[in-house]
Amino acid sequence: MTITGRVYVVGDNVDTDQIIPARHLVYNTHSPEERKLFGKYAMSGVPDEESGLPNGGIKFVNEGSYESEFYIVVGGKNFGCGSSREHAPLALQVAGVKAVIAQSYARIFYRNSVDGGFLMPLESVDNIHKSFSTGDHAVIDLGNNSITNSTTGESFNLRSLGDAADIVNAGGIFSYARKIGMIKAVVSANV
Amino acid sequence: MGMTITEKILAKHAGRDRVTPGENVWVDVDILLTHDVTGPGTISIFKKEFGEKAKIWDNDKVVVIPDHYIFTEDQHAKRNVEFLRSFAHEQDIENFYDVGTPRYKGVCHVALPEEGFARPGEVLFGTDSHTCTAGAFGEFATGIGNTDAAFILGTGKLWVKIPSTARFVFDGEMPDYLMAKDLILKIIGDIGVDGASYQAMEFAGDAVQSLNIEERMTLCNMVIEAGGKNGVIAPDDRTVEYVKARSRKAFTPVQNDTDAVFASERKYDASKLRPMVAKPHSPENAEPAENLSDVKVDQVYIGSCTGGKLTDFIAAARILNGRKTAVDTFIVPATTDVAKGLLEKKIDGKPLRTIFEEAGCRIGNATCGACLGGPDDTFGRLNGEEICVSTTNRNFPGRMGSKKSQVFLASPLTAAATAVTGKITDPRKYLA
Ligand code: SF4
Repeated sequence: MTITGRVYVVGDNVDTDQIIPARHLVYNTHSPEERKLFGKYAMSGVPDEESGLPNGGIKFVNEGSYESEFYIVVGGKNFGCGSSREHAPLALQVAGVKAVIAQSYARIFYRNSVDGGFLMPLESVDNIHKSFSTGDHAVIDLGNNSITNSTTGESFNLRSLGDAADIVNAGGIFSYARKIGMIKAVVSANV
Repeated sequence: MGMTITEKILAKHAGRDRVTPGENVWVDVDILLTHDVTGPGTISIFKKEFGEKAKIWDNDKVVVIPDHYIFTEDQHAKRNVEFLRSFAHEQDIENFYDVGTPRYKGVCHVALPEEGFARPGEVLFGTDSHTCTAGAFGEFATGIGNTDAAFILGTGKLWVKIPSTARFVFDGEMPDYLMAKDLILKIIGDIGVDGASYQAMEFAGDAVQSLNIEERMTLCNMVIEAGGKNGVIAPDDRTVEYVKARSRKAFTPVQNDTDAVFASERKYDASKLRPMVAKPHSPENAEPAENLSDVKVDQVYIGSCTGGKLTDFIAAARILNGRKTAVDTFIVPATTDVAKGLLEKKIDGKPLRTIFEEAGCRIGNATCGACLGGPDDTFGRLNGEEICVSTTNRNFPGRMGSKKSQVFLASPLTAAATAVTGKITDPRKYLA
């Protein structure tokens, strides 16, 4: 399986207040109308000079739009640190993001991405965010655990999903638990 | 080979004799905590996955404490509380601390132990990253997202990867100008904001055991700022006494095995440490307060689950007593109990509240307040390019409001000393 798209590049330690600022947490995640707002404000807390590296000043979502033209976010280490808000991976998903590539993740963001089935949190072996410019075209090859910057021709290794793969492939913790018979058992025990 | 406190608690809740760091296990949950920002989403997922009529796994084990966006006119925020209200009613959740009633408490991480829901040896999950605060009671406590919380609501279980434990030992005597906040800022400065990723952080040593319960909570509160999964402090007599006075349930304290294996150990001599400040925009930018004495500030904020407990206000009042603030100073008690404490606790015969009023502080209601910015009308919010010294836990860009503001994190002592001079000030200046 491959994921292709243009990349949006950010640096190390992008926290959840940058991914979706707290003032926007009041919208209802399950109302289709309000859910769109999470896409609109995704990454709106990133400081201007770090918005779309290396130059900065590039909006992740254009004024008036609810979706981003970037399907892949490339960051450095400790992506998604800070709060437990699931609104963070959700906002990226609503904005159209399919995968984030970072050298490492804060654990709650990683867990939320996987258990909620929002997006693929992929880990690069090295810190590769400096090898991409915002707007470059990239191809992620999940079979080969690699990402290629089609604009420069360079390829980089990704780590395999490891024990998160079962839940990622099932599409989240609920589908996974149904698959292994765990939830069904619980629901029938309740009736 | 022995196990750590964290490993022993998780093994017991997984029905296992032993567990090893790195393995994934399903554990039984003792308490699930949620609030007004993450609760509504959790409830929606629960209904979607288990059905509109589904009942939660155990209504005695779910604690709902609205605290984030309370004193605001924001309509979405009000609706979210209403959402919690109807769910608590429908599911018969007694542990719901509703806004606008005498039961309203304020910040969940401080309210939870006050109400007796933090107990040694238990497993606590909460839909808030600072759920790790309760590790101060010798339990496993960590933050999760809405999907995981909805899963718990339906099943009472969750998978966890067993964390290894990094140990931080503070020996020596705590000087009276130092607070738990200084210790944790020192650690985060040393190991970085991802220095304990996926790990349990255990705090030990004479200086730590000498801390009161609220100070221990401050230490564990900020493990998430080092990427930690949970914080833990071995329960002692002080812990047991605090919990017994509040909990309706029996509990079993858990200690490290004598041959427990730690991933790492760092030692500090508390008597040699200085008051610390974390500069913008990261908790790891730690610097002794005395090195920053030329930084002028516009505002001081004393509040939140980290720095808005009674101990924090007693500390601030030690300095503000009989002095005037030079800059806007906001006092935000974490809970209604703390607010009551401001009236009852006295220094030199004067209630803390009076001391703060005479110093020219503005005093707000018990809530998260401007700790996370919040709606525009939030008390103490940074709406422009202000420079603020705050006793909260995060100084990410825009955390307390405007992206252009700057937040320096500090202890309540340092914050109060700064309020008096208008510049970042080492509290030793006022503590002879
Ligand atoms: S006081 Fe601040 S850190 Fe604590 S729960 Fe509230 S918003 Fe989060």
